[in-house]
Amino acid sequence: MNTSSLLLTIVVLIAVAYFFGRRRSVSLADTSQGGYRNLNSLPFYYGTLTALWCGIPALLVVALWLVFDNTIIDSLILAQLPEPVRALPDGELGLVLNSIKNLAAENMTAGDPEPYVVAAADSLNRITAISQMAMAVLGLTLGMSLAVFSWFRIQPQQKARLQVEKVFKFILLSCASIAILTTVGIVFSVIFESLRFFQAVPFTEFIFGTHWSPQMAIRADQVGSSGAFGIIPLFTGTLLISAIALIVAVPTGLMTAIYLSEYASSTVRSIVKPLLEVLAGIPTVVYGFFAALTIAPLIRDGGAWTFEFLGLQMAISSESALAAGLVMGVMIIPFVSSLSDDVINAVPQALRDGSFGLGATRSETIKQVVLPAALPGIVGSVLLAASRAIGETMIVVMAAGLAANLTANPLESVTTVTVQIVTLLVGDQEFDSPKTLAAFALGLMLFIVTLALNYLALHVVKKYREQYE
Amino acid sequence: MSEKLSTIDLVNKNLARRYRREKRFRAYGIASIMFGLLCLVILFADIIGKGHSAFLQTYVRLNVELSAEALGISDINDPSQFVRANYDGVLRNALRERFPEVNKRREKRNLYGIISNGAGYQLRDLLEQNPQLINTRVDIWVLADDDYDTYYKSRSSDGSEAYTGRFSETQIGWIEALIADGVVEKRFNRTFFQAGDSREPEQAGIRGAMMGSLYTLIVTFVLSFPIGVAAAVYLEEYAHKNRFTDFIEVNINNLAAVPSIIFGLLGLAIFINFFSMPRSIPLVGGIVLTLMTLPTIIISSRAAIKAVPPSIREAALGIGASKMQVILHHVLPLAMPGMLTGAIIGMAQALGETAPLLLIGMVAFIVDVPGGITDPSTVLPVQIFLWSDSPERAFVERTSAAIMVLLGFLIVMNTLAVLLRRRLERRW
Amino acid sequence: MEATVGSANTIGKLNSEAPVSKATANYKEQAAGKTVGIPFVEHPKMSMRDVQVYYGDKQAIFDVGLDIGKNEVVAMIGPSGCGKSTFLRCLNRMNDTIDICRVEGSLKLEELDIYDPKLDVVPLRARVGMVFQKPNPFPKSIYDNVAYGPRIHGLVSRKSELDEIVETSLRRAGLWEEVKDRLLSPGTGLSGGQQQRLCIARTIAVSPEVILMDEPCSALDPIATAKIEELIAELSANFTIAIVTHSMQQAARVSDRTAYFHLGKLIEVNETEKVFTNPDHELTEAYITGRFG
Repeated sequence: MNTSSLLLTIVVLIAVAYFFGRRRSVSLADTSQGGYRNLNSLPFYYGTLTALWCGIPALLVVALWLVFDNTIIDSLILAQLPEPVRALPDGELGLVLNSIKNLAAENMTAGDPEPYVVAAADSLNRITAISQMAMAVLGLTLGMSLAVFSWFRIQPQQKARLQVEKVFKFILLSCASIAILTTVGIVFSVIFESLRFFQAVPFTEFIFGTHWSPQMAIRADQVGSSGAFGIIPLFTGTLLISAIALIVAVPTGLMTAIYLSEYASSTVRSIVKPLLEVLAGIPTVVYGFFAALTIAPLIRDGGAWTFEFLGLQMAISSESALAAGLVMGVMIIPFVSSLSDDVINAVPQALRDGSFGLGATRSETIKQVVLPAALPGIVGSVLLAASRAIGETMIVVMAAGLAANLTANPLESVTTVTVQIVTLLVGDQEFDSPKTLAAFALGLMLFIVTLALNYLALHVVKKYREQYE
Repeated sequence: MSEKLSTIDLVNKNLARRYRREKRFRAYGIASIMFGLLCLVILFADIIGKGHSAFLQTYVRLNVELSAEALGISDINDPSQFVRANYDGVLRNALRERFPEVNKRREKRNLYGIISNGAGYQLRDLLEQNPQLINTRVDIWVLADDDYDTYYKSRSSDGSEAYTGRFSETQIGWIEALIADGVVEKRFNRTFFQAGDSREPEQAGIRGAMMGSLYTLIVTFVLSFPIGVAAAVYLEEYAHKNRFTDFIEVNINNLAAVPSIIFGLLGLAIFINFFSMPRSIPLVGGIVLTLMTLPTIIISSRAAIKAVPPSIREAALGIGASKMQVILHHVLPLAMPGMLTGAIIGMAQALGETAPLLLIGMVAFIVDVPGGITDPSTVLPVQIFLWSDSPERAFVERTSAAIMVLLGFLIVMNTLAVLLRRRLERRW
Repeated sequence: MEATVGSANTIGKLNSEAPVSKATANYKEQAAGKTVGIPFVEHPKMSMRDVQVYYGDKQAIFDVGLDIGKNEVVAMIGPSGCGKSTFLRCLNRMNDTIDICRVEGSLKLEELDIYDPKLDVVPLRARVGMVFQKPNPFPKSIYDNVAYGPRIHGLVSRKSELDEIVETSLRRAGLWEEVKDRLLSPGTGLSGGQQQRLCIARTIAVSPEVILMDEPCSALDPIATAKIEELIAELSANFTIAIVTHSMQQAARVSDRTAYFHLGKLIEVNETEKVFTNPDHELTEAYITGRFG
């Protein structure tokens, strides 16, 4: 019985449990005088209670089984392997395990498999079948027996509604806690791998190193592939591109927000706002494509022409930071403008009136009263925009380079933290090499930086809101 | 008295300068808006300009001698012979017949390149359905190779000014000769919507990616909508103001702003590495996107629940409804339009997301169209990413076309959200 | 001040004496849309005729005609929603900030047509300043709040002149002694009454000819209110003041003439003492005796 049909069976079982539970409560109500009034709760609750007794344990068993069966089966298979194979280092053992699994799934393996692999594949198939069967039997029996147990417990005095509502509330609470679980998951997944990385590469070298070239030597005598993990060039690259993006987005977004909230008529606003929001809804991969195939060549050729015109000996990289930064800036414009719009609208009209009442022009009022009043909020939205720019991936993956140059020249090619995470992790990698683990260390840095920015921004904005409430 | 006069005089003296500043400031505002709108227009114009031609595909009509001998089919009732038959051979024969002057080996290989190497499959499909055509001579339209496709599409009507790329004079001669014969034609590119990925641009389609996106979105929706709504209900209706609730809120707000690629790292470390789930499948992609879109859905669902006036809750509570009944009978139905709007927006966000899916292996080259949530697949944005890396010029137009399809879906979803909000929104 | 206390006693007596004859006379005039009393003066600073104000389709002010004399304090009273604030905001075109608001009729500041479409509101507002209901200091320092007007209008060219204006304005607003040591601390940190006096100082720093006050004391406690009222009395020596108030006592204490608004119509304008002792119109009388409001 495979997993999906097992799940289907459980669902049917739940429905059956509901039906019988409900019927029993109805029949109990009818035998005594007064009908439903005699029951503590509506029949619906008795049915639901029986269904919950049936479904929750069964689903729990299946879920736990699915989570742990792979690990358990793997260790069982490993235990069967001949001694010399088990003595192999972890990485190679993983490869052996992989080929066993491939064979078991009747995929093709490279060359003729070793006999122990064939034997292991056979026993893998057997164990998997047993495990599936055991899971089905255990899950269904547990569900059914608990359903029957709870069916017998149904009494007119039983407080079914209260119990169901308790479960209901608990389920809601667990759903709300997923946000916490996600954060915990993120923290654990990046921290564990990062710690393993820092065992291979010292933390100080990682933080203060000015050279990044993650290619590890395959043979010890290879030249030029020593594997250097200094993130300074990645961070400067990220900052350079983000700075360009913010230089484009902050003034434009802010002026847009100002114009729309202080000058534009409601008709103009109702047309322009959704149009600009389209910019925010465009997937980043589209911006990446646009940056790499349209803007970057344009800048390169335009720059070449200009430099020739000026008689300078300079060239612009076709993966210049400028192209990626400009396009990222355009992407962030609506983000900045809608955040600033909220902030500007939160400035009380009384302040504007006070300024107009003294005979200030609109721009004087905006520049000298509205903007200073909205400043904390605007700072908050700029911080959020910065965090967005730093974490942006697709545009830089497609339009920025891979070479980790330590430069502040926007016409050169730089690489970013996110680009390196993608490059290090895309494709088949073994999970344990420092190269792969470096991606998690980078992820940790990225997470810390964006978290700090977000926290700061939310804090500033919240304080600002409170000021005018 | 004199002081007051001088005040107004001073004011008047400075007026012109102040109004110049005012005008300038306004102009900055208009310029900013124009810049934003201009970027939007350029972006769309660029994508459509590059991509519209991908919806047409160049076909070449060949007069093919379908001799059983050349094909190697001796028994038309044996399906295995149809699988192995030498379709490429008869197509090549047809090309040699048309251009008898070509006889050098290398030249011939170039000549065969006029038609796509998928043309053989086209012929196979034709013959499998119409075995009676064997030993006849038929005119069939076959896919042109991508270079010729690009050449023909970029060619102006009189034959001047075409994109020649890597073409030699002879190759241009061939295609021009075929054009002069009137056997080259552009037709609607059905392959693009029916095929999976391919290394050959003319055979590549987005169906695989579209189905992958669909399955991923289904998983995302099935998980994120109930969980998001439940979380929102808990936070709005049940949660007391305490540290734990605050902590949940802080987490939700922060997760909403965590870079999406971090969720990819989470998926890779937890689901693929720790739980040993397979790479490249929509199930894992959907779970990762669920975690990513949950904050959006929770936040919008909370707003929708908040918008239900307390008087309704009080009315229901007042006649003895339990909290759960109030929520299920009154709050949720009334808040549903707002929640659905939020969910659609969350789904649109998930549909356009690329970075986390790269990390969990949905970036593999997958030819087959996936048939379920556990089949290896890719999604539309990742397909766009993959194609945009390909050097063939014909992939540029297909990438742009795929972008147009993606944007089309997004526009439909967002419009739906807006309409839903307008139609079902209740004013209290 | 003493007179007003006395007038409060006389109202009760008058009330029971001769309401009947008054009513008939006034209803006639009411039918003709006339305001009773003395709405018009000679050589007015501001003169308004046939003013109509609409919010969208709804008319808020009907046929109001009123003059404000030079260095006179005119109080506008009436039940809430009667249009007194709306009318006041017309006088320096603050209603322009409300999109759906439309004003008709003739409103003049001396010879200047306030609602001339070509008129520039910036110098107008420099001449007709406004103090609002809720104190609204800018989130800047006390000094910058007061200096704001002179700065934007370019009234001074040297820092010392600006210092002088700030000091004089704060002195005239009676705030100087309280804030002279902390001019650079934020204006929002002051108490409500101090904030409102700061707003007045901010207004007079531009040396306007007319000051409009829209219920300037409604958000303040009685002690702060008393200070503002003293201030108004002092300012009336140099400025023309129009004040909207919901407090009849305040109108009685600070104003020379009082205008009574009812449902968008200007019912009666008279010498303040007369309004509070022997109003010409029945509605005015009903209001000041507290029968509605």
